Amino acid sequence: MAVTEPVVANERDVADAELARRLDRTWRQPKGFWGWFSNTHHTAIGLRFMVTAFVFFLLGGILAAMIRMQLIRPENSLMGPDLYNQVFTMHGATMIFLFAVPMMFQGFGVYVVPLMCGARNIAFPRLNAFSYYIYVGGALCLWGGLLTNTGPDVGWFAYVPLSGPQYSPGHRTDIWAQMITFTEVSALGVAVCIATTILRHRAPGMTLNRMPILLWEKLVLSFMVIFAMPSVMVASSLLLLDRLVGTHFFNHSEGGDVLLYQHLFWFFGHPEVYIIFLPGAAIISTLVPAFTRRRILGHTPIVLSVVATGFIGFGVWVHHMFATGLPQLSESFFTAASLMIVIPTAVQFFFWVATMWNGRIWLRLPMLWCFGFFFVFLIGGLSGVMLASVPLDTQVHDTYFIVAHFHYVLIGGALFPMFAGIYFWFPKMVGRMADETLGKWHFWLFFIGFNMTFFTMHFLGLRGMTRRVYTYLPEMHWGPLSALATAGVVFMTAGILVFLVNILRSMRMGKIAGDNPWGDFSLEWATSSPPPSYNFVHIPMVNGRNPLWDGPIDQPLIVGLRDDIRETLVTHSLDTEPQHKDEDPGPSIWPFLTALTVSAAFIGSIFTPWAVPIGAPPVVVTLIGWLWPRGHSPAPLPGRESWQH
Amino acid sequence: MIASFIGVALALIQAKSLDPGGHNMLQPAAPQASQIEWLYWTVFWILLVVYVLMIGAFTKTAVVNRSGATGPLPIMTDEKGDRRAKWAVGTATGITVITLFVILVMSIVTGKKAAGLTSKNPVTVQVTGHQWWWEVTYPNSQADQTVTTANEIHVPIHTPIVLLTNSSDVIHSFWPPNITGKRDLIPGYSSAAWFQIDKPGIYRGQCAEFCGLQHAHMGFSIIAQSVEEFQSWEQQQLKPANEPGTPEATRGRAVFLTHSCLMCHTIRGTDAGSRLGPDLTHVASRNMIAAETLPLTAGALAGWIVDPQRIKPGVKMSPNPLAPDDLQAVVAYLQSLQ
Repeated sequence: MAVTEPVVANERDVADAELARRLDRTWRQPKGFWGWFSNTHHTAIGLRFMVTAFVFFLLGGILAAMIRMQLIRPENSLMGPDLYNQVFTMHGATMIFLFAVPMMFQGFGVYVVPLMCGARNIAFPRLNAFSYYIYVGGALCLWGGLLTNTGPDVGWFAYVPLSGPQYSPGHRTDIWAQMITFTEVSALGVAVCIATTILRHRAPGMTLNRMPILLWEKLVLSFMVIFAMPSVMVASSLLLLDRLVGTHFFNHSEGGDVLLYQHLFWFFGHPEVYIIFLPGAAIISTLVPAFTRRRILGHTPIVLSVVATGFIGFGVWVHHMFATGLPQLSESFFTAASLMIVIPTAVQFFFWVATMWNGRIWLRLPMLWCFGFFFVFLIGGLSGVMLASVPLDTQVHDTYFIVAHFHYVLIGGALFPMFAGIYFWFPKMVGRMADETLGKWHFWLFFIGFNMTFFTMHFLGLRGMTRRVYTYLPEMHWGPLSALATAGVVFMTAGILVFLVNILRSMRMGKIAGDNPWGDFSLEWATSSPPPSYNFVHIPMVNGRNPLWDGPIDQPLIVGLRDDIRETLVTHSLDTEPQHKDEDPGPSIWPFLTALTVSAAFIGSIFTPWAVPIGAPPVVVTLIGWLWPRGHSPAPLPGRESWQH
Repeated sequence: MIASFIGVALALIQAKSLDPGGHNMLQPAAPQASQIEWLYWTVFWILLVVYVLMIGAFTKTAVVNRSGATGPLPIMTDEKGDRRAKWAVGTATGITVITLFVILVMSIVTGKKAAGLTSKNPVTVQVTGHQWWWEVTYPNSQADQTVTTANEIHVPIHTPIVLLTNSSDVIHSFWPPNITGKRDLIPGYSSAAWFQIDKPGIYRGQCAEFCGLQHAHMGFSIIAQSVEEFQSWEQQQLKPANEPGTPEATRGRAVFLTHSCLMCHTIRGTDAGSRLGPDLTHVASRNMIAAETLPLTAGALAGWIVDPQRIKPGVKMSPNPLAPDDLQAVVAYLQSLQ
């Protein structure tokens, strides 16, 4: 079949230019200091999520380097246990809650999903902006804690009773628990925005069976977030109640239950792993067809695999608790479930290989990072098979073998695809190409350093090195391998520095990208780079799974949206039949102010329960400002015939 | 690339012999650890084959299918190839399911074998976790026949050991890698596990669940010895503390009983009877102090007594600024507590 030109090439005439001018006036993003805080456009908020999350990736990386420096030799005295415990807790909490989820789910999701749907903006843009500010609030709360020597020091999982009032006095653990509240509110808000955008704002013609895999994964993810996050918020809130007002949910001497906390935490914690990995897999499924120049094989099985992962992901949490001595029968059930979840991931891998097997690989930077993903993630995925087995897990659990395993899974499954995604969408985001040579340096430095650090840890784990130790005795003979693991950090750091240089340089001096430099198929490439604030002059019409590859040139255009107010199109969830028009609420300072008042109440409640009643009225006032009626309502529903010519 | 990974795999195998520390799950000294080691290597080789096949396929595409094009090539379709590829994916998925099922069965069988040690006349050991040491008792229906010690667990070889676990404060995890897998010590939950050791020796173990400031220095040893040696050790441990044999040791006992030592420690046969810290009745019969952190020498003892916070920051024992001769006397007394 012949390649088709991108649809955007047609109908480019004077009327379009005039329409674009009027759309621009209506949808223009506010400028200036206050304008920055009132912007609610998804490209701006998505980029902010990504940049902020990356800053916390760098900070978390500095903590990781500190950990490696401390462990470089036995009985090292760089850090005492008090500081070390804060550092490793902050490393985990930062990387999971402030980097991985905000970057992979919120950042990429908020930026890419509305463009891929062919929508003018994300659904509930103010909630979306609020979610960003509340995430920043949580991040500042956590890091403010570390900088004032009240950084949490009980591990990113904060098991009771160690994190309870008796063994963790002071406010360190409260800061951890409240940071959970902040970041999970943020993730829940974005999940609602993304799910609604995907279900109600897809361009006409993008029926469910034509929906790109990335959108499917974001939809599954949103529901996973909606079901998983409340569990950890319950855990952290009950913990806060135990600590602040003397309840005894987890106090065994008063009839509370210590293991209940672990169940609540891991019921969130394991889906969380998939919440981090699935966006990575989604990026791979998006990039593989683009760089093998073929439609992906097994679109439907891949989508079904993703949905299956979303369900099974909720049934494996007990494999984090095999050492607690649960009954053997229930452990066997979770072994079976943990092995079963390998199948959908394996299916995705097989279809990626199958797609590439007969394709012509265009080995540009994003694809290079995809190969990095295959090599690295597979090791983590396979060592994960061992952890599903109860007897094996009781040996390697809580050792450096696990540290190696989950860094292969998380760095392999999220960071490698993240870099692939950044290099892939960088031209769309800034309109210029990232430098290929620097990108290759970045890749090889990081790849070598990563394997040096984390492959070594498998051996340390087998030799009995337990996790979260601030030092170790010389007679354990872990020194040389630990030093090797630390040496890898040098390469990784160099790689990240090259990446930063590349991004900063390419933003100014990169080659102009054009609308669709990769010749890719999905809708975000059907608009200019970077996209205008109204995203598309005409809402696109989709004729296949790969719109820009499948669409005939003279496809019908969607007209009838007003250009003097911010009208968006709402379509049916299943067949994307246009249903009605909605009005985008436009820029507003209130989401930011609401985030401020909510943050004040959250942070205040670390210190006194009175912060809840005292903090509530300001929240209500800002919510009234947020929800103040706008004066004119969207036009009544028109008939279907008026939409299409 | 594949060659380097096979190299790494071989290195993994050699890891067995490279490690002089003896704290290694791949150097089993007990039936449990041997069964798990067998399972580890079986699963390892299966997974290595899978990895080599998958990476081989990816490498083939990167090398053979690479196009030198400078711009995006036209979109290609190959329906015949796609049909073949879908068959291949179907077959591979089938093999995956079968392989996983085999691993599941092996895992459950190994788990049952490791857990289901049956024998008569086991020795029961109760291990209670404390921040940051292990209290070890050998329960007996007669209270005066109950042995209490700390951090060093003596067990007879060829005898099943019933391990009862509990914790007095936070969650700890009992892990002797050469003997068996981990068992969490959870406050409010008592649990039981079995193990058995067939080779005499000293096997180190360590707390595996993060438990606060001194999690890193919460070690223990399992000392496996012949039944006769074990019984004589047990008899020795049942006795009250030795009477001091030298004037210096006598003075040391007085210092011990007039300073804060007796607030936390027990020495049976004296007035010291607190159970907050390790029982010191036969402390000199142990190899190490401070949860297997320091060797039991006069210097280490003195350093530990004067300023334990320097050696294990955060440890529950407070510094004891004793006069030099008082310190020497206490050390001499403790060293006499065989």
